[in-house]
Amino acid sequence: MVDVLKCLCEIVGKEFASNKQEETYIYSRDLGAMEPRRVDFVVMPKTTLEVQKIVKLSNENKIPIVPMGGGVTTSGLTMPVKGGIVIDLKRMDQITLVNEKSRYVVIEPGVTQGQLKSYLEKNYPLLRHSMPDAPPIASVTANALVHGSGHLSQRYGFHSDMINGMEVVIPEGEIIKVGSCSVSSFWFSRSPLPDLAGLFIGWYGTTGIVTKLSLRLYPKEKKKDLLAFMTKNPDLIPDIWYEVTQLEVAEDVASMYYPALFKDLIFGYVCVTGNFDEEIAFKKRCIEEAFKKYDSRDDFSFTKVVPLKKLFLETPLLPITQFADERKGGGFEYVGPIMPIENYPKAHRMGLEIALKYDLHFSSMVRVIGRSNSMMFGFAYPFNRADEDEVKRVGEAIRETNEAVIEMGGIPWKADIYGQQMIINSMDKGTLQLLKKIRKVLDPNGIMNPGNLEGD
Amino acid sequence: MNPDDFDNFGLRDLIHRCFRCGYCKFPEDYSFFSCPSYQKFRLETYSPGGRLWLIRAAINKEIDWTEHLSEIMYSCSACNSCVEHCVMEIGNHLTDIMVEAKEYIVESGLTPPKIRDFLEGVKKYGNPWGEPRGKRGEFLIGTEIKNYDRNDEFLFYVGCLGSYDPRCQEVARTLGEVLLKADVSFGVLGNDENCDGNEVKMLGEAGLFELLSEGNIRKFEKLGVKKIVTLSPHSYNAIKRYYPDFGGKYEVLHYTELLLHLILEGKLEFSKDFESKVTFHDPCFLGRWNNLYDAPRKVLEKIPGLNILEMEKNRKNSICCGGGAGNFYTDFLGGKDCQSRIRVREAYETGADFLAVACPVCMTMFDDALKAEGLEKNIFVKDISEIVKEAL
Repeated sequence: MVDVLKCLCEIVGKEFASNKQEETYIYSRDLGAMEPRRVDFVVMPKTTLEVQKIVKLSNENKIPIVPMGGGVTTSGLTMPVKGGIVIDLKRMDQITLVNEKSRYVVIEPGVTQGQLKSYLEKNYPLLRHSMPDAPPIASVTANALVHGSGHLSQRYGFHSDMINGMEVVIPEGEIIKVGSCSVSSFWFSRSPLPDLAGLFIGWYGTTGIVTKLSLRLYPKEKKKDLLAFMTKNPDLIPDIWYEVTQLEVAEDVASMYYPALFKDLIFGYVCVTGNFDEEIAFKKRCIEEAFKKYDSRDDFSFTKVVPLKKLFLETPLLPITQFADERKGGGFEYVGPIMPIENYPKAHRMGLEIALKYDLHFSSMVRVIGRSNSMMFGFAYPFNRADEDEVKRVGEAIRETNEAVIEMGGIPWKADIYGQQMIINSMDKGTLQLLKKIRKVLDPNGIMNPGNLEGD
Repeated sequence: MNPDDFDNFGLRDLIHRCFRCGYCKFPEDYSFFSCPSYQKFRLETYSPGGRLWLIRAAINKEIDWTEHLSEIMYSCSACNSCVEHCVMEIGNHLTDIMVEAKEYIVESGLTPPKIRDFLEGVKKYGNPWGEPRGKRGEFLIGTEIKNYDRNDEFLFYVGCLGSYDPRCQEVARTLGEVLLKADVSFGVLGNDENCDGNEVKMLGEAGLFELLSEGNIRKFEKLGVKKIVTLSPHSYNAIKRYYPDFGGKYEVLHYTELLLHLILEGKLEFSKDFESKVTFHDPCFLGRWNNLYDAPRKVLEKIPGLNILEMEKNRKNSICCGGGAGNFYTDFLGGKDCQSRIRVREAYETGADFLAVACPVCMTMFDDALKAEGLEKNIFVKDISEIVKEAL
């Protein structure tokens, strides 16, 4: 029987591998409402070669491994389903290159959202990346790999769409490259090659560990401003978004339902950016024109003077994190399905109903993605961690929300294992068979995050 | 607190309110990790949120109190960076929760050996190194600094490092000489001085801290002390923040405040240029703990010829030297990428000739870090009082 801890210590140094109760306790739970799950070892590699050695060790000994980025998914994605080794990748925190002219960055998986933002602001002030509404500790790589979205997603799509290429340690220990970097020394694109990135995006860490990622960067305009509206009527939202995105002048388009601040109103905002005052003024005027359509309604009001405007123009969006503290209880979980935008009214009402049923606080944060191709509808349930009954009720509400989302045609995003089971159970059988075959080929010993992306 | 029962944990009703969202790990611009123990160890257990969750787990008897858990708790240097940067309401209480957990550790007898030695030293000898009390005032030999008497305006409270550490003794002597030059009416306690207790408090020895505070207050009362100027921000913090709880209310100044006052009043006049580039490190117990960021900088600004270069990590976003809460003695946070070494590298990169400090703990940590980095011939650590003296 191999002494796993000893082997891990030999790979990364004894200070970065542990099976002590303190580490296994902390890594066995996250800030959501999921029940804790057993962790046997925690290890923090610094290099791709160390990751490779850990993967080979796990593969040879059939020990499950779970890659971890920031650990702030809230849905337990870095908590092992079948025990094993959690590979905390935060020590792999190098920004290895920025190609300014071709606008991309190559990073290791431990690079945080906050770190990349700060680095670009200091060193490449004309460039930026799309920031999710997550805390700054969130991993840029992990967020892109789970199809995250952020403040540039209305314009440019999911963060996974912004991936140019990657280096991956696959389950039997080979190190491979995906995208232009597999052929060239540049990491500029996934085209014009077979798009192998699809083997690693959206797979819940079941196909490999990404050790380098190339991500697109975007021009950073000098000026930005915010316009906002309030409405009690969720039925208006899809139409508003359609009208606004049709103009092609908005950067970020989102809405928020947060009763503690906005009572029963939905607060919607549109962010515009530009390099010239005239450009900003013109974009704002375009949006004001679009909103005129609703002027005569008594359930809609438009404002250019936005409360908390400065906060909503910042990234990361701090109010979102602070809203999580509504219950003053240190617990927060949300279901963030990707859905067609016409589902907004139904989803909003459903969130209210579920919250009422389980006696929970409900708020939502919804972002338009890709010019209203879809939306990320975040059903948020803050809770009091010290109230066991409330924790249980949140778990039930999350499960019911996932079910209802699938029923209305949406797909839970970064779903917990129960949500994943619902997705798999609803999946086209041919597609599911292909998924299984791919996993079997890549990971014959089933070591990569087993229990994820599996049906009942 | 009963060691077997955490029901009396005063902050029990708060502790579950940490999300582990991670804002506490960062400064304002997220460019690095400002929590010293997280920066060094990187495991989530060593982050402020990780520690809070572990304390709660121990309270709820989900985990045992172990040596490892104690070490995790004592890796907190009480720098208050987490307090400064937590975005939740619980933020103001983060260090208080840590201190209370350490109190539990002390009462349970689970204190790591180095902490136990530190506390024993203070208890028996009034200093962590166990040096004789009779040596406390030896640094005064050869100076004109006299013992305090009730006619003096200020008690110059020197503190343990200023009294015993050779490099900090030089600083204490220098400050005394500067105050004499400015005709400040002051005196010291010499061998009668005892530990201020700030580190004892931060290490969770509440009983010993109470004894030290009450003993010091009795001494101050007997001597009629009304105003105290401290060499160390740690002493400043203890006397200003905690002594009032035991009835000791004084006008407390950190020496940089007094120097600024003397300069502005014309009692300290500079006659020489200090033609050098200087970068200043904010001590945690002056800055984040007591919001005192300007006085040291204003003193430096008044010195002719001195060119101040700010490090990127400054004021509330400054990093800790890694020596707080007794770590200057225990060295739980030492190593290649420890905060003190990161800091001296940053200071060197500014192009400064001198790294200015206003705290004996920072002085010792950076002196060691410069040697470890091989930079001791490239940049020098100087206390602000030393720079002032050279320019008089």
